[in-house]
Amino acid sequence: MTANQTQKTKPSELVESVAIRFAGDSGDGMQLTGTKFTDETALAGNDLSTFPDFPAEIRAPAGTLAGVSGFQIHFSSHDIHTPADRPDVLIAFNPAALRANVEDVRPGGMVIINIDAFNQKSLVRAGYQDDPLPELRERFKLVEIPFTTLNREALQGLGLSAREVDRCKNFFALGLLCWLYGRPMAATERWLGSKFKGDVLEGNLRTLRAGHAFGETTELFPASFVVPSAKIESGTYRNITGNQALAWGIVAAGVQMERDVFLGAYPITPASDVLHEVARFRHFGVKTFQAEDEIAAASSTIGAAFAGQLAVTVSSGPGFVLKQEALGLAVMVELPLVAINVQRAGPSTGSPTKTEQGDLLAVLFGRHSMSSLPILAASTPGDCFHTVLEAFRIAVRYMTPVIVLSDGYLANSAEPWKIPDVASLERAPVRFAEPMADGEFKPYARDPETLARPWAIPGTPGLEHRIGGLTKQDITGNVSYAAPNHGRMNELRKQKIEGIADALPPVEVDGPDSGRLLVVGWGGTKGSITAAVEAAREEGLEVSQIHLRHLNPFPSNLGEVLRRFEKVLLPELSDGHLALLLRARYLVDVQSYSKVEGQPFKVAELVDAIRKLHAA
Amino acid sequence: MAAEAAKVSRKEFVSDQDVRWCPGCGDYSILANVQRVMPDLGVPRENVVFVSGIGCSSRFPYYMNTYGFHTIHGRAPAFATGIKACRPELSVWIVTGDGDGLSIGGNHLLHTIRRNVDTQILLFNNKIYGLTKGQYSPTSNLGIRTKSTPQGSIDHPIDPIGFALGCGATFVARTIDVDAKHMQEVLTRAHEHKGTAFVEILQNCPVFNDGVWDELQDRKTRADASLVLEQGQPLVFGSPGSLRGIVLENGIPSVIELGDDEDPASRGVMVHDERAPSASYAGVLATLQRPDFPLPVGVFRAVEKPTYEAMLQAQVDRAIAERGRGDLQALLNSGDTWQI
Ligand code: SF4
Repeated sequence: MTANQTQKTKPSELVESVAIRFAGDSGDGMQLTGTKFTDETALAGNDLSTFPDFPAEIRAPAGTLAGVSGFQIHFSSHDIHTPADRPDVLIAFNPAALRANVEDVRPGGMVIINIDAFNQKSLVRAGYQDDPLPELRERFKLVEIPFTTLNREALQGLGLSAREVDRCKNFFALGLLCWLYGRPMAATERWLGSKFKGDVLEGNLRTLRAGHAFGETTELFPASFVVPSAKIESGTYRNITGNQALAWGIVAAGVQMERDVFLGAYPITPASDVLHEVARFRHFGVKTFQAEDEIAAASSTIGAAFAGQLAVTVSSGPGFVLKQEALGLAVMVELPLVAINVQRAGPSTGSPTKTEQGDLLAVLFGRHSMSSLPILAASTPGDCFHTVLEAFRIAVRYMTPVIVLSDGYLANSAEPWKIPDVASLERAPVRFAEPMADGEFKPYARDPETLARPWAIPGTPGLEHRIGGLTKQDITGNVSYAAPNHGRMNELRKQKIEGIADALPPVEVDGPDSGRLLVVGWGGTKGSITAAVEAAREEGLEVSQIHLRHLNPFPSNLGEVLRRFEKVLLPELSDGHLALLLRARYLVDVQSYSKVEGQPFKVAELVDAIRKLHAA
Repeated sequence: MAAEAAKVSRKEFVSDQDVRWCPGCGDYSILANVQRVMPDLGVPRENVVFVSGIGCSSRFPYYMNTYGFHTIHGRAPAFATGIKACRPELSVWIVTGDGDGLSIGGNHLLHTIRRNVDTQILLFNNKIYGLTKGQYSPTSNLGIRTKSTPQGSIDHPIDPIGFALGCGATFVARTIDVDAKHMQEVLTRAHEHKGTAFVEILQNCPVFNDGVWDELQDRKTRADASLVLEQGQPLVFGSPGSLRGIVLENGIPSVIELGDDEDPASRGVMVHDERAPSASYAGVLATLQRPDFPLPVGVFRAVEKPTYEAMLQAQVDRAIAERGRGDLQALLNSGDTWQI
């Protein structure tokens, strides 16, 4: 019998949505606890959104503010778009975690602390002069639980060291939270069974169940809560993070385009997980290559594309800029590949684990000279999958490198994802240039519709040819420095990329087609912008919304859509890159709302911005 | 008859592009020799890829009627790694120079050699930057006066052979632009080698560093200035009447004089073994530099190690054998899912 099957004896209250934040030392297992709670919540049928927020240091000094790691989950019985501005519940494993997070908690919210971790020394370490608890009791429902002691009691008699015992205490808290919100625990138990064995498995299971039983019996919680399952589109769902979806999109491209994949990458936060995940799928014919540096990662990827593979490289801001020279070559030789930038807060090393949308202009203009290429941005964790697939199709159809932008928020956030039916995904088998028995092969002769040149791969008799970074003669591809030819080749490359717009779906407006205010967004801010637009509409404001995936070229009706509105608001986690582009391109008075704090937008601040511009 | 057939097939490897090196450049003879050995290697033209970086030497692919990729400065080994990793059946040649390969591209050269990617790396060493018009390079002699070193270079040069050995190269050789026969032998050996074959080709740049290899190019001085490495043969150089040999004492090489009829073995002259399991022997050879020693030419080291692309392919094959070819729908549905 598992703990969640025990007899219910306490009453339960109905709530529509809850946001919980787990916070502790980097070594306390907060990310794991949050992830497991997320899995259970998904299985309970709620809509959900998560936000892991952790320091770049692997293990900062224990008990200090620098080492605090947090994981927030927002779940609901209705459709939600963000991890919530403010948690309703905070679980703080030590004073530093309390201090770093408690001011975010909704006034009157619940704050659960591990009271065992509170003593004079740890309070000082966290920077508290005086005991903060009396004051906090005034403002929050403070619940003091001796997690360390209870966990030790639960694990008495097991052959675990004191250290091993204490490492299990996060699962006591998880068990308690599962009781408090009526989550099942079967998935966590299954996961533990697959991960551990012997006394470690037994210890984790015991403390998980003890936490659950503690909730049932303690007087600290008079009732548990019920968050009914959400009414969302029917289908089979799973949780997915942005990085996982990028990786699966890469694997899917190989299947849907019937050509094996090569991924060249160099480790960098927060993009490394894409490399790790893809590396697991060698049985899909996927080859991954951990290069010696970012430049080699990009270069090997272009080499793979030349050789006829579906080629992709992935990095993050500071690594991505190192690839730009190589991408310039890929533009010049017109080879298909996908380059993914999981953006992080910068400049320079910046805040590696924090999010930002600051690389748009860099990926658009950061190569020297005119070197336009398509840019796509994913908007939700699950959308990363479809965005990568589309990027590969564009790359091969138009023979061009394509950039995909994700960000640190999408990378690690999870959402329930409706699993696509593979049969419904577009198939686009790769076609190479055919062998030629005689005649002269023309590597830069173009398809009249797409302006793509042929993909002629080594090993094909009769197509032997040379490409390189030097200016090419139109059609023959021979080196040519002739002035008119240089201009013509620039123009052809430009027209080719601009022509992609013809095949893109037109922008669709959510809300009225024209009117007072249009909110424009791109990339990972979709959840917060959508939530803010919905909230503003509930206040009676007339607001429309578009969210762009295609940032180069823009969909062909974009200018016309923008002009139909009196005001245009563009929230961006940068100092307004897209706003600059739209203003320059369409001469529309786009108002930028910018935030550069390494954190996603809060819904409240966006609602505020909408109200202000609406009234202006 | 046979000679004529061979001539025709050599032409097959000559592209229709005008060669644009300076008159008298050593690159011409290297190109001619590569084109000459190609037909004998037995690889169909369409399966040959030449990859280069930037510099005079890197124009090479344009002149070969094979697949070719003139890439960016220093990165050719990384491009070649991507090509070979995906298409192990291709014969991949990297053409680089002392600036391209050892300065801006040093890191990629290191890692490609270390991984033992089955490619041929031809490093044309003219000890100068040619295409950028005459600055000193990482192999330039200390003190060289160039436009960027008007008072003389204060950089200690690197030796390409020692570098390659330090990277764990499985095949290392040196040859010289003017010695067609020797170069063709070395190129053929390099191609036959499974793994990274690193070949330093001493090349004269008549415009910016003329005569830097004169001693080795001039037939009159060549016998004294070079030591031809031959498997199983003693390290003897010079001409009859002034024969000399290399001996090793306490790990330090030195030159001894030999009588014409003397058995080098009796004097302790080292015997060349390119297959020595330890790289330390080849390492000693690499330290033999002018003017104290003759400069060795030939194959320094040739040993077997698994290649990168073969091990990568084996991982894919094993994964498919063990798990079956991946099923996308099964992947998407793996782990915890729920119905709504
Ligand atoms: S500059 Fe020197 S190396 Fe370059 S082509 Fe001229 S002679 Fe050859």
